[in-house]
Amino acid sequence: MSSAPETVPTRYMHAINAGMADVLERDPTAVVMGIDVAAGGGIFTVTKGLSERFGADRVIDTPISEMGYVGAAVGAAMTGLRPIVEIMFMDFLGVCLDPIMNQAAKLRYMTAGALEIPIVFRTQTGAGKSAGAQHSQSLEAMVAHVPGLKVVMPGTVTDAKDLLIQAAADPNPVVYVENRRLYSMKGALDEDPRPLGQARVAVPGDDVTVVTWGQMVRECMAAAEASSASIEVIDLRSLVPLDMDTVLASAARTGRLLVVHEAVQDFGAGAEIAARAGQELFDLLRVPIRRIGTPSVPMPFTPTLEQLLMPQRDQIVRAADEMVAEG
Amino acid sequence: MTPAPPEAQPDARPTPPNQAPPLRELHATVALVRAFELAVAALYRDGEVPGFVHTSLGQEAVAAGVAAALRPDDYLATTHRGHGHVLAKGADVDAMMAELFGKVTGLGRGKGGSMHIADPALGILGANAIVGAGIPLIVGAALSSKQLGQDRVAVAFFGEGAVNQGSFHEAVNLAAIWNLPAIFLCENNLYAEFTDSSTMTRIGSVAERAIGGYGVHAATVDGNDAAAVHAATVDAADRCRRGEGPVLIEAMTYRWHGHYEGDGQTYKPDNEASRWRERDPLTVLRARIVAEGLGSDDELDAVERVADERIERAVTAARAAELPAGEEAYEHVFGA
Repeated sequence: MSSAPETVPTRYMHAINAGMADVLERDPTAVVMGIDVAAGGGIFTVTKGLSERFGADRVIDTPISEMGYVGAAVGAAMTGLRPIVEIMFMDFLGVCLDPIMNQAAKLRYMTAGALEIPIVFRTQTGAGKSAGAQHSQSLEAMVAHVPGLKVVMPGTVTDAKDLLIQAAADPNPVVYVENRRLYSMKGALDEDPRPLGQARVAVPGDDVTVVTWGQMVRECMAAAEASSASIEVIDLRSLVPLDMDTVLASAARTGRLLVVHEAVQDFGAGAEIAARAGQELFDLLRVPIRRIGTPSVPMPFTPTLEQLLMPQRDQIVRAADEMVAEG
Repeated sequence: MTPAPPEAQPDARPTPPNQAPPLRELHATVALVRAFELAVAALYRDGEVPGFVHTSLGQEAVAAGVAAALRPDDYLATTHRGHGHVLAKGADVDAMMAELFGKVTGLGRGKGGSMHIADPALGILGANAIVGAGIPLIVGAALSSKQLGQDRVAVAFFGEGAVNQGSFHEAVNLAAIWNLPAIFLCENNLYAEFTDSSTMTRIGSVAERAIGGYGVHAATVDGNDAAAVHAATVDAADRCRRGEGPVLIEAMTYRWHGHYEGDGQTYKPDNEASRWRERDPLTVLRARIVAEGLGSDDELDAVERVADERIERAVTAARAAELPAGEEAYEHVFGA
């Protein structure tokens, strides 16, 4: 997946930028579209320099008009272009869901494969910066619930680049979800590269299996280090496809499964994973499956309340320790 | 307020000799669409075709006029009322009918249905069951055409009911600022589902909204006159291929049947439908063809019989075709 081994640490945001540059360089039909992605370089500077390097025809500024430009990107994907279209905050799915949910996700199926829609919906989430309830939602379960969409959530620098390149090469619509709290995180570009759809054991362990993705990978790894229990951290990398084999193999061995996500807990992806694991591993699990997510309230603005609600490292450690104590 | 059917009007500009309307071709297409829609209405009434069906009876001239002005590689996207557009663009009649029956020989192998017929090989990017959703898609197709250095034109069909959707406004604006080869083809049949469209906007015409709102070229034409629609589309496609940017055409027409088959249409004033039927697109074309000496009534009757027979064969084939096997339900969700 990755090119030459990279010894100099790269930031997550630069890895995303490098991924887009790689795609634009290799595929003349690839375009990047979105609000302020060209001249402005993106509000988080993730697309910085791409417009200068590849031109305004390939890195396209759009009006603040998500239904229009996301829909146009889907139409372009049907007719020979391979767009990477940016939805600035995942919350803004609310104004452009139709082209994603009813068009991109379904047209291949309804036309028995005659229409192909190779498109990447690039977006980002990440609570914890007082962005308020309309700029803080992790809505991956919502898109994963729609058949026909792949959903990837890179939690490492390597994946920030590799998963983007793989998403762009995929013949299907892929929702690629960054976490803005990871933008400044440093890491290697060649750390355990693997294909889209395959989970990764981020930390090996024997007592508790902790399944997570996105920003919470970092939190869970830190929790594994802090806990007296031996925690195995599984970075799912993608919700669709969902690599349950890796989850089940680990949980069957540890007998304890904890799912951690930043998204609100109720009806979240953790429930799906818990249900599947419960059905498959009923006799092998030593203690009930647990979930940690944000409580189901709109994210408050004020930092103290926000921190109160977001899953914390200590909470993960406590849950894992309790599960071990239970049996 | 319900406008009266437009009177037949001479073309505002003389038609260049190489662009004389192909009246016989237009007649054959209108006849085919008419036969298809009449058959489908009856099949639906009799319970042979499942789901929802929205016929374009009375609006066939728009489909015929536009399609005849397009190249085979031009794109179109249409609506829930899209049978005519798709047929006129050249979709296989048997495969279309089979799709309406939900059979495996259908264009979507029975998984799309009446509102989701597509044939990308013919530039048909699909009918669409979400009002207004095809309009941004076609802007994307126009973007591809421009970006890939092709000179393909992309046509979005939609009704005047879709013009109050944000997707219309966002899409027209995008095509305008990017100067794309897109034609926005509004079939104004006066009703947004059950509602008199004039009660849902203070602006008099869709063309006015496009010109004033987005600075694109726009024209209103008699949508029951296939030749007028053809001329307007030829002009629009020429403008697009010359790089002059998008064009909106508002074709004034009338939906003979309800929003869907089975709609009792209690919302329509008495006599309105009968007045519009006096300007039947088929009659309009026939009169002109006979007047110009391009065909006799007998010849035109024969064309219409051929269309009827073609549709009958498609119905027979669709009835006989297999339903998709159970495993097909799981195929085509993702491509490998």
